[in-house]
Amino acid sequence: MIDPRTTLRAMLRVRRFEEKAAELYTQGKIRGFLHLCIGEEAVAVGAVAALAPADNVVSTYREHGHALARGIPMASLMAELFGKASGCCRGRGGSMHFFDVTRRFYGGNAIVGGGLPLAVGLALADHMQRRAAVTMCLFGDGAVAEGEFHESMNLAALWRLPVLFVCENNLYAMGTALVRHQAQPDIARKADGYGIAAEAVDGMDVGAVERAITAHLDAIRRGGEPRLVEARTYRFRAHSMYDPELYRAKAEVEEWKRRDPIPALAAELRRAHALDDAALAALEAEIAAEIAAAVAAADGAPWEPVEELLRDVHTPDAPAAAEETPSCA
Amino acid sequence: MTYRDAVRSALREILRTNPRAFLMGEDVGRYGGSFACSKGLLEEFGAERVRDTPLAESTFLGAGIGAALGGMRPIVELMTVNFSLLALDQVVNNAATLRHMSGGQVSVPLVVRMATGGGRQLAAQHSHSLEGWYAHVPGIRVAVPATPADARGMLLAAMREPDPIFLFEPAVLYPTEGEVDETAGPGDLRHACVRRPGRDMTLVAYGAAVPKALAAADLLAEDGVDAEVIDVRVLRPLDVPALLASVGRTRRAIVVDEAWRTGSFAAEIAATLAEQAFYDLDAPVGRVCGAEVPMPYPKHLEDAALPQPAGIAAAARALVGRRG
Repeated sequence: MIDPRTTLRAMLRVRRFEEKAAELYTQGKIRGFLHLCIGEEAVAVGAVAALAPADNVVSTYREHGHALARGIPMASLMAELFGKASGCCRGRGGSMHFFDVTRRFYGGNAIVGGGLPLAVGLALADHMQRRAAVTMCLFGDGAVAEGEFHESMNLAALWRLPVLFVCENNLYAMGTALVRHQAQPDIARKADGYGIAAEAVDGMDVGAVERAITAHLDAIRRGGEPRLVEARTYRFRAHSMYDPELYRAKAEVEEWKRRDPIPALAAELRRAHALDDAALAALEAEIAAEIAAAVAAADGAPWEPVEELLRDVHTPDAPAAAEETPSCA
Repeated sequence: MTYRDAVRSALREILRTNPRAFLMGEDVGRYGGSFACSKGLLEEFGAERVRDTPLAESTFLGAGIGAALGGMRPIVELMTVNFSLLALDQVVNNAATLRHMSGGQVSVPLVVRMATGGGRQLAAQHSHSLEGWYAHVPGIRVAVPATPADARGMLLAAMREPDPIFLFEPAVLYPTEGEVDETAGPGDLRHACVRRPGRDMTLVAYGAAVPKALAAADLLAEDGVDAEVIDVRVLRPLDVPALLASVGRTRRAIVVDEAWRTGSFAAEIAATLAEQAFYDLDAPVGRVCGAEVPMPYPKHLEDAALPQPAGIAAAARALVGRRG
């Protein structure tokens, strides 16, 4: 069990990081798409923080929270948002494509459903090499409509691979409500079709998420078979920075905001006398300082030289001698 | 040895010598491979390393990418290029991008094999040559072995590549025979080759068009036209110096490509020659390509839809100013 104060700090760090990112977006420091997970921090932190270092993470384009929870340094993530050479991917990916191979964080996949087969393959590699690791595969409710969701659940179950599928069900595939794209909107029940054990949890309750994830991770480590956790959550912000939110009612958003996981956990800690105003202020100040340092570093960091444009498209060849066209006549 | 046996010879050698290598795809195991390329390998290496997959191209190709990320050396068989379209998202958005998009943190040492092309009366959903589409994509390598020796050698060489490589095996060539040295090591995945030296003009071809170009060269020889035949072998990255060297000698070129003409790989070669060999050329670069039609079933119509030696020779004669 992770100390709830650590969990509060982790969620607050994600929240403040993203609030700053949105502000920087309006200033033009961050461009492209920026998808915020504000409101969904309990899933990011409750799920990812439960993993061991040897486990793999495959995430989506809404992955800032997953990356921070996985321990990727904030400065390298902020620099990536700026597109700077000091970013975790040398600025090549931006908001949607965080990678950190040292932390076994394999994206940042911006094709909905596209990460699920990768997760199955990573788990296959662990299985074939007799490594005791679990691959956590995070995806949204929109991915459930993709064939790859069904194919990947089937293949992972068929081959008994250690994958924990985690569906962050925020009720909207961009602007299409779950009930408007799924004949069976109970996502956890879909696992039945593949013989996979599944559970739906309250994604606004970080303790519930953490307990469920930990239990399923333990079960996978014991038995090797995949599992599915559906975390029912909600995104408070728009889909991306371009979204006028025509598809949902303001009252619905306000209703969900009353279930904000961060004040909920803070209140719980206060009731247990584990948090007071001074401690919360100190926590906020510490996070604000970390963010300020990350922004300053990103702002001051160099751009990748244009001469490096084609770098890493391919692994460089060993230098070969020039030769004549071979004859195979 | 046949082309299919040469593929199997390479697969067996890879599975014997590389403990991280494994084969997966539709019917590669119990069935022995749709084209019998993996016949006997399940019995020899077991179900852990010769994996029959569900009919879920996108997911088992994506799982190949993931397994490569995780330290394995997967060989994924997609049966045919037609079915590979179901996996194209994983090819274009993952296999080809992950290295660059991650800032060089990961590489994807994945080998993908599939049959391609027509000539077997399989009609419009099993006969097309789409390797040129793949060759459009930076981040992957694309090769088309045209002989049994290359089928073996290029597959062995593919296992040494740190990045994704797609090998297209012309289905019509699987039963063809050729000399194969089973003691030879990995082949060449960097260069085109001269299949037939000649002085008067160059026929540039790849895959199943290579034997047709060679047959056309024999016809042309009867008319006193000495045609050189270049087998492109690797579509991406293209061995441009080999093309320029040949055209620099012969000053005339026709590109033979079984794929549709519009937007074809033949167009890429022709444009490259026009850009880089313009002042060496004595005539415009010609193309003999597949007809712009979904492949019909009857043999006479399929034959008419694909480049044939007589048609290639006729185009060549016209280019060198001789009537056959």
